[in-house]
Amino acid sequence: MTKTPTNWTGRDDAAVENMIRRGASRRDLLRMLMASGVTAAVGGSVLMKASAAVAQTPKSGGTLKAAGWSSSTADTLDPAKATLSTDYVRCCAYYNRLTFLNSEGAVEMELAESISSDDAQTWEVKLRSGVEFHDGKTLNAEDVVYSLKRHLDPAVGSKANSIAKQMAEISKLDDLTVKIVLEEPNADLPTILALHHFMIIAAGTTDFSNANGTGAFVSDSFEPGVRSVGVRNENYFKPQGAYLDAFEFFAIPDNNARVNALLSGDIELAAAVNPRSLRMIEGQDSVRASISTSGNYTNLNMRLDMPPGNQMDFVDGMKSLIHREQIQKSVMRGLAEIANDQPVSPANRYHNPNLAPRAYDPEKAKFHFEKAGLLGTEIPLVASEAAGSSIDMATVVQQAGSKIGMNFKVDRVPSDGYWSNYWLKAPVHFGNINPRPTPDILFSLLYASDAPWNESQFKSEKFDKMMVEARGLLDEEQRTAMYWDMQEMIANEAGTAIPVYISNVDAVTNKLGGLQTNPLGGMMGYAFAEYVWLNA
Amino acid sequence: MPRSLLPYFLVLQRLGIALLTLVIVSFAVFFATALLPGDVAEILLGQAATPEAVAGLREAMGLDEPALSRFIGWLVGLLHGDMGTSYVNNMEVADLIGGRLSNSLRLAGVTTLVSVPIALTLGICAAMWRGSIFDRVVSILTISVISVPEFMVATLSVLIFAVWLGWLPALSYGVDVDSWSAVLRAYAMPVISLSFVVSAQMIRMTRAAVIETINTPYVEMALLKGASLPRQVLRHALPNALGPIANAVALSLSYLVGGVIIVETIFNYPGVAKLMVDAVSTRDLPLIQSCAMIFCVSYLSLITLADVIAVLSNPRLRR
Repeated sequence: MTKTPTNWTGRDDAAVENMIRRGASRRDLLRMLMASGVTAAVGGSVLMKASAAVAQTPKSGGTLKAAGWSSSTADTLDPAKATLSTDYVRCCAYYNRLTFLNSEGAVEMELAESISSDDAQTWEVKLRSGVEFHDGKTLNAEDVVYSLKRHLDPAVGSKANSIAKQMAEISKLDDLTVKIVLEEPNADLPTILALHHFMIIAAGTTDFSNANGTGAFVSDSFEPGVRSVGVRNENYFKPQGAYLDAFEFFAIPDNNARVNALLSGDIELAAAVNPRSLRMIEGQDSVRASISTSGNYTNLNMRLDMPPGNQMDFVDGMKSLIHREQIQKSVMRGLAEIANDQPVSPANRYHNPNLAPRAYDPEKAKFHFEKAGLLGTEIPLVASEAAGSSIDMATVVQQAGSKIGMNFKVDRVPSDGYWSNYWLKAPVHFGNINPRPTPDILFSLLYASDAPWNESQFKSEKFDKMMVEARGLLDEEQRTAMYWDMQEMIANEAGTAIPVYISNVDAVTNKLGGLQTNPLGGMMGYAFAEYVWLNA
Repeated sequence: MPRSLLPYFLVLQRLGIALLTLVIVSFAVFFATALLPGDVAEILLGQAATPEAVAGLREAMGLDEPALSRFIGWLVGLLHGDMGTSYVNNMEVADLIGGRLSNSLRLAGVTTLVSVPIALTLGICAAMWRGSIFDRVVSILTISVISVPEFMVATLSVLIFAVWLGWLPALSYGVDVDSWSAVLRAYAMPVISLSFVVSAQMIRMTRAAVIETINTPYVEMALLKGASLPRQVLRHALPNALGPIANAVALSLSYLVGGVIIVETIFNYPGVAKLMVDAVSTRDLPLIQSCAMIFCVSYLSLITLADVIAVLSNPRLRR
């Protein structure tokens, strides 16, 4: 008997590993494996391999070389200006935030000891004592006030300005306490403070040619567009500091070059690998893929304020006509999770698991299209390379349509200018949305009546009211229930069809241990340097 | 003017034209940059670019001054040897370029040392034994090398030598270069990929130039007086073909400073070509201008050098 089943790939290993991390028992897993036709004996060996990957003992020492996908002279050590994955990786290594999100998406305290509020409007942040910056200065409330207030100054050019604007007052109460007063109640503040831009820097810092943070690594060399090297901070405040002696991060923009460098052993981690390269990685014993779904999606938008989307039957028809399994399997090559037409992904703790994705049902779709009187008319679907995989998705919809007498025309338009000329404008078009940490940010950006990016022109007073109410709710249970209801409203009423959440794939050598998935993005939410280790 | 000074006058004239070209290119780059949509403040802010945020950042960065006066300021600074400060990360442009330029020049230098002797030898030999099997093989090979894009050569060589055979590192920068053999290993693949591209052109041009002079009456005369084939070619034909050959070599080599973006990308080699691409995508005017000047200077100095060689190697102009 063979040790591994046929057709078993690294992708499946990663799926099993993921399930173990999420708390699946051995019995659950075996049942899942049996269901997919894997015999018990073989299933056992698969599980051993995956459990070994999860339960490894950390090792100290070594230098990690990791490659991202983009880097330029715009690289920065200023957390407020951080734009690209490279910036996030550096910020996470050299600085700390008040809070961070763990692999389950729950808020944990980092530099803060506690963050509390009675009304979700006035917040009190208690800081850890005895935390030191790399230059020896002790962290106090002034540093936090300075770090947060800079986002409000237009001269800083902060990327988080629009989110930070709600902090109406940020003041020091005593050496280790900061008061934050919001414009209106928002219970998400602890999550918002976990964004990469809200890293804490020393008060008065204006020169970012080198990083002075509290993080697990000390910046040793920083050349924008070339590379960054960090060495372990021996004076780190967390009892278990970094395992690595040092890490080096640079970018190899070309996907093939990045994968080749990993395969040849020149680097230990290649971030954001194209699904097409997975076959190369799966053929090798020395490397594996680390797959995480953080909520990026490409969606089909039907504007509800113009034909054909002004007839709800058209929208319902389209949602039933989308063959989600086919999109997941053939378009995304299995690297996606099936979605239920709403933007909160399973990586988010507020995701509504009871909301089943709509089944592919051409007969039902035909019924709706017929009712709308659209059967046989030509309907253009605007797609572009700019919205990843949208052309392939449009083709899947077009083919499903031709079987029931619907005539979809795929309008393939250039990437350049797509976001300003077609997105939000064409009656039926594709969009692509990056993950956001809280449902509130997603809803207010994409679904509120006055949302700047209201892709389908979805307007609902009830939804707007619920959004504001949920924002100020401190009671988790009540809040979750409201978010679940709102997800249902979006799935049933909005004109946005979200077929799948796209997975992010990092490729790593098998020597790398401790890499987990994180809702803030690939590479462990960009914070891998502090948590991973290298086995000899 | 005494006739003996004529070549020097021609050389001076070439240098003057080169300087004028530099100024014109600088203005052309400036106007082309001005036509690009968006400015550095918008690009830096990205999705967070609300009108107030952009206006605030522009003011803070001094971008509210008219572009032309900023450009003239930069040009005046350049005359004093100051290349300005990058808008994007506030570093001196000279610092940003310094290390990258020496990387680029090192790569270009090693490639030149490898490719020029090989290309000239092959080109001259092919011309000498024109129509022979050797000539045909060289011609077919050069044409195939010209037709294969360099990213193909580079990616294939990485696959074969780094991934399958494991002889060479896949990256040229970021690997430890503590010994000479490590340096050789790191440079081997980029230099080979680049040599493929530049030498093919040089071989063809050399061959054509030498053949042209072989067909002239004075080489025929050498044949008639009984000179051997190598003597005909090396002593009689080659000196007269030197001008066109120098031009072909200069054109091929000028590509090595600014045009090697693909090789820089695939081997993760931080040179000036990548720097220029970064500068354009962030609309970083001082950096764009400085890079453009460097490419222009390297191109012009090579072409001017070729012209000078052509002038000085021409006996009619020399005497």
